[in-house]
Amino acid sequence: MIAAALSAAVLTAAETTGEPDGLALLIPATYDILWSTVVLAAIAFAFYRFVLPKFQAVLDERTALIQGGIAKAESAQAEAAIALAAYHQQLQDARTEAARIREDARTEGTQILAEHRTKANEEAARLVETAHKQIEAERQQASVSLRGDVGTLATQLASKIVGESLEDSARQSRVVDRFLDELEASTTTNAGKGN
Amino acid sequence: MSAVTRSCGTADDSENALSSLAMIVSRATGDGGGFHAPTIGDIFPGPILFDGTVFEINRLQIVRFVAAAALIVVFVIAARRATLVPGRFQNVVEMILDFVRVNVAEEILGKEKASKFVALLTTMFCAILMFNLMGIVPGLNVAATALIGLPLMLAAWTYVSYLSAGVRELGVGGFLKNSLFPPGVPPFLYVLLTPVEFLQVFIIRPATLALRLMANMVSGHLMLALCFSATQYFLFEAAPAMKGFGALTVVGALIFTLFEVFVATLQAYIFVILTAVYINLSIEKEH
Repeated sequence: MIAAALSAAVLTAAETTGEPDGLALLIPATYDILWSTVVLAAIAFAFYRFVLPKFQAVLDERTALIQGGIAKAESAQAEAAIALAAYHQQLQDARTEAARIREDARTEGTQILAEHRTKANEEAARLVETAHKQIEAERQQASVSLRGDVGTLATQLASKIVGESLEDSARQSRVVDRFLDELEASTTTNAGKGN
Repeated sequence: MSAVTRSCGTADDSENALSSLAMIVSRATGDGGGFHAPTIGDIFPGPILFDGTVFEINRLQIVRFVAAAALIVVFVIAARRATLVPGRFQNVVEMILDFVRVNVAEEILGKEKASKFVALLTTMFCAILMFNLMGIVPGLNVAATALIGLPLMLAAWTYVSYLSAGVRELGVGGFLKNSLFPPGVPPFLYVLLTPVEFLQVFIIRPATLALRLMANMVSGHLMLALCFSATQYFLFEAAPAMKGFGALTVVGALIFTLFEVFVATLQAYIFVILTAVYINLSIEKEH
C-alpha cells in the first residue's frame, strides 16, 4: 500500500523535477552503506563498551543495596523481637522474684512472731520459776530462822525451868506463865516492829 | 503483535496523506507558481565532500553524524554521571533502558533468554529513535533513517543477530530444520511451506524491516516539508484571499510534527520488537 503511494508521489516528483526515480529509494549507494555502518559501529561501540555496562553495574549495585537494606531491616526487626522477648522474660522473672520475696517475708515474719512468742513464754515461765524459787528460799530461810528462834526460846524456857525448883508446882506454873508472857511480849514487839 | 497492526495503521495514514500530496503536487506544478513541493529529491541532496567516491558526504550523512554524536554524548554523559540514587536526567535515561528491557526483551523472549539480547535491543532502539527524531529537528529536518542505507544496515544487524542466535542455540542443521520445516505440519505441506518459510527467514524479514522504517520516515518528511512549504507559499506568495490557508497549514505542521514524534517512537519500537520476535523464533524449538 505504502509502496504504491510512494511510487505515485515519486512519479509525480520525477515528472516535474527530473530528479532521482523511485528505485533510488530502495537501492543504497556504496557511500550510504559505508557511512551507515560507520555511525552504527560508533554507536554500538559506545553502548556495548561503556554505556550499557555502566548502567548495568549501577542497577546491580542498587539492587544489591536495596536487598541489603531489606536484609538489615529484617535482622534489626528480629533483634528487636528478641530484645522484646528478653524484656518480657525479665519482667516475668522480676514479678516471680517479687512474689517469692513477698512470700518469704511473710513466712519469715510468721516465724519471727512465733519465735518471739515462744521466747516470751519461756521468759515468763523463767520469771515465774525464779519467783517460785525465791519464795521457796525465803520460806526456807524463814523456817530456818523460826526454828532457831524456837530452839533458843525452848532452850531459854528449859533453862529457866531447870533453874527454878521443879518441885514447887506453883513456881513451875509461874515460870511457865512468865515465859509465855515474855514470849507474847516479844511477839507483840516483833509484830509491832514488823508493822 | 498489536505493534504490527498499529504500523499498518500508520502505513494507511501515510498512504492517504501521500495520495493527497500527489494531487497537490500536480496542481501546484500546473500553476507554475512559486510553490516548491517537497520531492524525494530531498532525500538525495547533492554531495558536499568527496564527490563520487565511496566516502561521499552529503547533507544526510551529516544528519547521521549529528544524530550519532548527540546520542553517544547524551548516553556517555548519563553513564558517567550514573549514581546509585538517580537524578532527573538519569531517571529519564533509565526509563528508556527499562522500557526496552522489560517491555521488549523480557516480554518477548522471557526473563532468562532476554539478558543475552538486552544490549542489542537497547542499542538498536536508542539509535533508531534518535535517527528518526532528526526529522523534526529544525535545521536538520530529515530523518537519518530516510535513506535506505541505514535501515538496511540495521536490518542486516537484526538478520545476522537472529541467524547467529539460532545457529548458536540449535546448530546449523537444527536451526534450518526448525525454521524451514516447522513441526506439527503434515509432510506433504512442506512442498508449499518450505519455500515460503525460506523466503520469510532469509529475505522478507530483513527486507520488510528496512523498507517499513525507510518508507515511514520518507513519508513523514514529505508530510512535514509539504506543510512547511505550503505555509510559506500561502503566507508570502499567494493571493491575499489565500493567506487564511496559511493558518491551516501551520496547524497542520504542528500536528504532523507531533505525529512524527509518535511515528518515530513507534517505528523504533516496532523495529526492536520484531527483532526480538525474530530472535525468539530462531532460538525456540517449537513455535
